[in-house]
Amino acid sequence: MGVMRRVSAAVLALGGGIAMGGIALQRHEPINALWIITAAVCIYLLGYRFYAAWIATRVLLVDPSRATPAERLNNGRDFLPTHRAIVFGHHFAAIAGPGPLVGPTLAAQFGYLPGTLWILIGAVLGGCVQDMTILLLSTRRDGRSLGQMARDEFGPLGGFAALIGTLLILIVLSAVLGLVIVNAMKHSPWATSTVAATIPVAILVGLYLRLWRPGRVLEGSIIGVSLVLLAVVAGGWIDHQPQLRNAFDYAALPLAAAIVIYAWVAAILPVWLLLAPRDYLSTFLKLGTVALLAVAIVLTHPQLKMPAVTRFIDGSGPLFGGALFPFVFITVACGAISGFHALVSSGTTPKLISNEADVRLVGYGSMALESFVAIMAMIAATLLDPGVYFAINSGAGVVGATPEAAAHTISGWGFPVTAQQMQALAQAMGEHTLFARTGGAPSLAVGMASIFGSSFGRSLAALWYHFAIMFEVVFILTTLDAGTRVGRFMLQDLLGQLWAPLGRTSWYPSVLFASTLLVAAWGYFLYVGVIDPNGGVNILWPLFGIANQMLAAIALSVASGILIKSGRARYALVTLAPLAWLALVTTSAAWQKVVSPDPHIGFLAAAGDLAAKLAAGALSAERTAVAPQLIFNQRLDAALTVLFTAILWLVILDMTRVCVRRLRGLPLRSSSEAPYRQSHLPGAALAEQ
Amino acid sequence: MAQRARSALRLWPRLASLWSVLRALTGDDAYERYRAHHAARHAGQPLMSRGEFCADAERRKWSGVNRCC
Repeated sequence: MGVMRRVSAAVLALGGGIAMGGIALQRHEPINALWIITAAVCIYLLGYRFYAAWIATRVLLVDPSRATPAERLNNGRDFLPTHRAIVFGHHFAAIAGPGPLVGPTLAAQFGYLPGTLWILIGAVLGGCVQDMTILLLSTRRDGRSLGQMARDEFGPLGGFAALIGTLLILIVLSAVLGLVIVNAMKHSPWATSTVAATIPVAILVGLYLRLWRPGRVLEGSIIGVSLVLLAVVAGGWIDHQPQLRNAFDYAALPLAAAIVIYAWVAAILPVWLLLAPRDYLSTFLKLGTVALLAVAIVLTHPQLKMPAVTRFIDGSGPLFGGALFPFVFITVACGAISGFHALVSSGTTPKLISNEADVRLVGYGSMALESFVAIMAMIAATLLDPGVYFAINSGAGVVGATPEAAAHTISGWGFPVTAQQMQALAQAMGEHTLFARTGGAPSLAVGMASIFGSSFGRSLAALWYHFAIMFEVVFILTTLDAGTRVGRFMLQDLLGQLWAPLGRTSWYPSVLFASTLLVAAWGYFLYVGVIDPNGGVNILWPLFGIANQMLAAIALSVASGILIKSGRARYALVTLAPLAWLALVTTSAAWQKVVSPDPHIGFLAAAGDLAAKLAAGALSAERTAVAPQLIFNQRLDAALTVLFTAILWLVILDMTRVCVRRLRGLPLRSSSEAPYRQSHLPGAALAEQ
Repeated sequence: MAQRARSALRLWPRLASLWSVLRALTGDDAYERYRAHHAARHAGQPLMSRGEFCADAERRKWSGVNRCC
């Protein structure tokens, strides 16, 4: 190691140490966000410099002289050797979703510290490692998918588990994301009209890119983003027109219906018309807003008002029930480890990698940046007054339906807030009310508005708030559209095994049937979430978290199994350790969600509790009407949780079986790794390790 | 004056390279890259038009998992 590298490593270690020390020593006073930013950046860079480099050379045996599929199978289209900075950009844009924005916001109910620590540790030792490992394994196997790799190396079970697991995650994810945007848009004509305007804008960009200027992505995106920004301003104008205002003022249920219908239409329309152009818009907005947020946090270096740890670590939290262990890990989800990333790392990205050495930047680096986005979301949530944070994020069924009742309950927890304060805040944000806007998007938007407001003009708070809402919703709708489409393909794959014509992805009746089935599935969960007086997110997000961590555990099982099979058992701890942790976390969370006698936590206990109250006639007329559906849903959620856990343990046991055979020297499926070929790309041998 | 002209000259290639990075990042230059590849490796075989290529690229892009949660 050269002198400069040693010096910079020492500076990083020292900076990270001082920042962590600063956080540790200021436990009972507000802490500045810069401490957290500094600690995070130092930790990511140290992880990248040392741990990732060690894994690349020692564990994964990255070989810069080996030709990658992009070089061997170069077809000028999907297999294409690409500069690593460009692949990094593509990969980051693909993995960055709304999860790291929503998860940390919800996890902030435990205080800023637990979530922040897990975002950092989980990413550096778990999420980044998973993404890099799967990326390399797939690059060595001509860009095969996680499911295919599992099938090739272990047999049909792993591939089938990955398929079913992914499909179920897509359903739960779409429902919870739908719920997040419903809660952001209900009775908010400004937000609703802005979001509605993004649909014709996306179609216009789609027509532009298809008919008028094919493939001119930059031109189309610039036009689209300008129009969408204009729509944010126009939304404010609409909000002040009594007639127009009413046309965009909807309750939660009609909005949910509109989203379900929209997603169904988007899934069956040709992609170029709506999905692809919306994706360009959301990618531009996503990268731009994330960069702007980082700059604004450094400029304003706000104080975090949330305590380091709150009383809700005991499991009585208003956003979702459950104690710190295991629920902070389940809730943070994608900001630390996301199983979904393994699907991207074994899809488009490995076909672009021009040199194996690039997997460190692309796989490990992108996830570190994604984790940094989660840190920023945590900062945006915890710089709010805790009373305000809880008032925005708690369902009416938990804190009370009137502003006064809610403010009273929350103040009683030791987080003072008044109805007047909330009214003034809502007015400043151009909203009617901010109470019970569960799901995390509105509180993140208030946090972002306050950061942007103090950096770039405080009088524009309402504009910034609606810009942030529009950014989150556009982002989420893209995930919803893309998820519905991918889910449709997977469902058709499954249905095709029952009756072959249903598997044909271009046969219109099959497309309609599978799309309807999928949208109905998540539409059902969305509907129940909307009618749930506790906000719905408290049920759906933990379910999503368990599912997503389960998929990560499946990916880590595949990675560990391949490492052990190929004779690198002594290094397999690199993936086995995060796997063991995830298995522990997801299993204990699933156990509690199913069998806990506390109706605040356990699905079955909640169903039993509600059934008893219904039988005793102790519910209001409104709640009596929805109680049977809520009871059924809680039982269904319990069954789903059991299914997730069963899939996870089947995969782990299957992987163990293969490893035991290997250690006993019994015959195994041969490795599916493509044979070595020397790279002839310029710089292959010199590529940085 | 001469110095200003020189610094303007230095600025221009930087802007141009920034622009090409931006084009590569967004996929704006995908068709040019395909044409270059085609000319180098498959000269003489039929070449897709810009419209055909973009439609094909879109179909490939959206037939797998390429967006996350």
